[in-house]
Amino acid sequence: MASKFTVSHRSGWLMAGPAFGLMVAFVLLPFVFAVAFSFTNQRLISPNPTEFVGLTNYEQLLGLGLLTLDPLKDASGAVQMKDGEPEYPSLRSYTRNNPDYPQYDGKREWFSFSSGGDARTFVLASDVVFMKAVVNTFLFVIIVAPLQGGLALGLALLINQKLRGINVFRTIYFMPVVVSIVVVSILWKIIYDGNSGLLNNILSGLTFGAFQPVDWLGNTNTALGAIIGMSIWQAVGFHMVIWLSGLQTISPTLYEAAAIEGASKWQVFRYITWPGLRNTAVLVLIVITMQAFGLFAQINVMTKGGPIDSTQTIVFQAIQRGYGKQDISGGSAISVILFLIVLSVSLVQRYLTRDKEAK
Amino acid sequence: MAITSADNRGLRLTVRYIVLVLIALIFCFPLVFMIVSSFKPDLQLLQDSGNLRAFLPVGDLSFDNYFAAFERAPVGLFIFNSVMVTGVTVLLSLFLCSTAGFAFTFMEWRGRKLAFTIILATLIVPFETIAIPLLLLASKLPWIGLDGLTYGWLNSYQVQIVPFIADGLTIYLFAQYFKDLPHELIEAARVEGATWWQIYVKIVMPLSGPVLATAAILKFLAMYNQYLWPLMVVQEEGYRPVMVGLQYFFQLNIAWGEVMAYLSLITIPVLAFYLYLQKAFIASIASTGVKG
Repeated sequence: MASKFTVSHRSGWLMAGPAFGLMVAFVLLPFVFAVAFSFTNQRLISPNPTEFVGLTNYEQLLGLGLLTLDPLKDASGAVQMKDGEPEYPSLRSYTRNNPDYPQYDGKREWFSFSSGGDARTFVLASDVVFMKAVVNTFLFVIIVAPLQGGLALGLALLINQKLRGINVFRTIYFMPVVVSIVVVSILWKIIYDGNSGLLNNILSGLTFGAFQPVDWLGNTNTALGAIIGMSIWQAVGFHMVIWLSGLQTISPTLYEAAAIEGASKWQVFRYITWPGLRNTAVLVLIVITMQAFGLFAQINVMTKGGPIDSTQTIVFQAIQRGYGKQDISGGSAISVILFLIVLSVSLVQRYLTRDKEAK
Repeated sequence: MAITSADNRGLRLTVRYIVLVLIALIFCFPLVFMIVSSFKPDLQLLQDSGNLRAFLPVGDLSFDNYFAAFERAPVGLFIFNSVMVTGVTVLLSLFLCSTAGFAFTFMEWRGRKLAFTIILATLIVPFETIAIPLLLLASKLPWIGLDGLTYGWLNSYQVQIVPFIADGLTIYLFAQYFKDLPHELIEAARVEGATWWQIYVKIVMPLSGPVLATAAILKFLAMYNQYLWPLMVVQEEGYRPVMVGLQYFFQLNIAWGEVMAYLSLITIPVLAFYLYLQKAFIASIASTGVKG
């Protein structure tokens, strides 16, 4: 509908220019910088000039190697044992200045598995902590996305009833969303406390003392789970509201028709509600996934990545390096890796949830 | 069986309310714990956290923790900084993002499509991925202020404000909203000889109450609760916002009563604001979910 009355090149740029310029300067430019810095040895403050170093930063983060070793044998040919386990040659002899194995230089053991017989395969990584951070972040996303999305839908269905005072409950369920994640993290840190924490005391009370107190954040088995639980508690109301707005777009006549046909509750959900929520579901999934990959504040306040790196995450690593160690190039490389992960995951999600009928 | 259908309905209704109340308790208890504890002395706070008294305003209650918090840290300054940074960013954001949304929706100009595509593309760039290079950029940017020309934005208000004025979501929200306004009205005004600025001020803005509220609430929440960025760029006490100011309470001996008082101080105003405007808050989140 271009008419001579709506064409105004100058006014258009005048009105959109400031916001667009700010976005170029503070989003686009830093993004381009992140990519550029990731190929250099840039530091925040450095006496040495910045140099192009190619893929070195990426190799230092992502470098992996496999090393299969046979156990040590004594003179008679029997396997040497140590603490009831077969003993293997020291990995250090391969990873420290061994000219025969340059590919393993500087790498450390990430994990190992048995590879038939007595042989064992060791997975070596240039940066074991970063690898753990990647695994933890994916774990967080894979657990949080369906759980939070599902619970939010459950709450939305519960709130969508016509009951007196239902808005009061909606208001309460949404309340944690407006509270800062930093405040929430501190509160939950106290609730999760191993000695006198509220959670331990509540669980012990509910089980009449049978429950043994757990140091939720100090235990490698429970720390990430505790952070997942708290994160869902804080954000589930947000997605409940998005589901609710989706529910309200479904025509009431469909429900009336179903009631006349005598459809069961499950049938109503399966054939009317769920198909009507398709677009909302895609949106909720993508939004939760993107937010989950950014996991940082909870970690920084509650665990600092510990215990034993069991709650390290990609963003926490990026900040520790880029800001803590002032290693801008290393932090940038992690940022670029994170961006590529988020981009590919959201492309895959879009592909999997594409509208198959509408072609 | 003598259960009539009316009894049955009453029973089911009761069960529903019990479920709703139990879930409500789950969402409430940490916040109730925070507020109640802020009035208790440390020793009692720790003793009570082992039982239900943790949620009850019982025992030796006073405002002592609040006075102590103000003594330990410049709490007033932190709150001022946060309010200042949040307020200025919200206002500038509403103005610049609405003019941009206006230009993208109603006007034809060279480069419009490309610029809009770039803005939409930034929606998939999480802030965390640009934080590190942005830190380097901010440490080198020039600024003309009271001291004349200086370089480096670290430890300032502008470093907390300027990068967050324009964002893809806000511009997109405005553009979406404007799309549904009657375009004939705007074209007619153009034919009558109105300038774009007049149309923006006199026609479009008066019709934009809902989207302005949405954009303001979303920006307010994001800015007031900001943590990662000020943590990196503000070292000096004078510019610290409330979330970074928290660090003062975790140095040396932690007094949990003071921590709770500080957390309550920075959280209760937001909660009150939310409870007062809860319909608008929820509508603003819901409107981000309506795909256009």
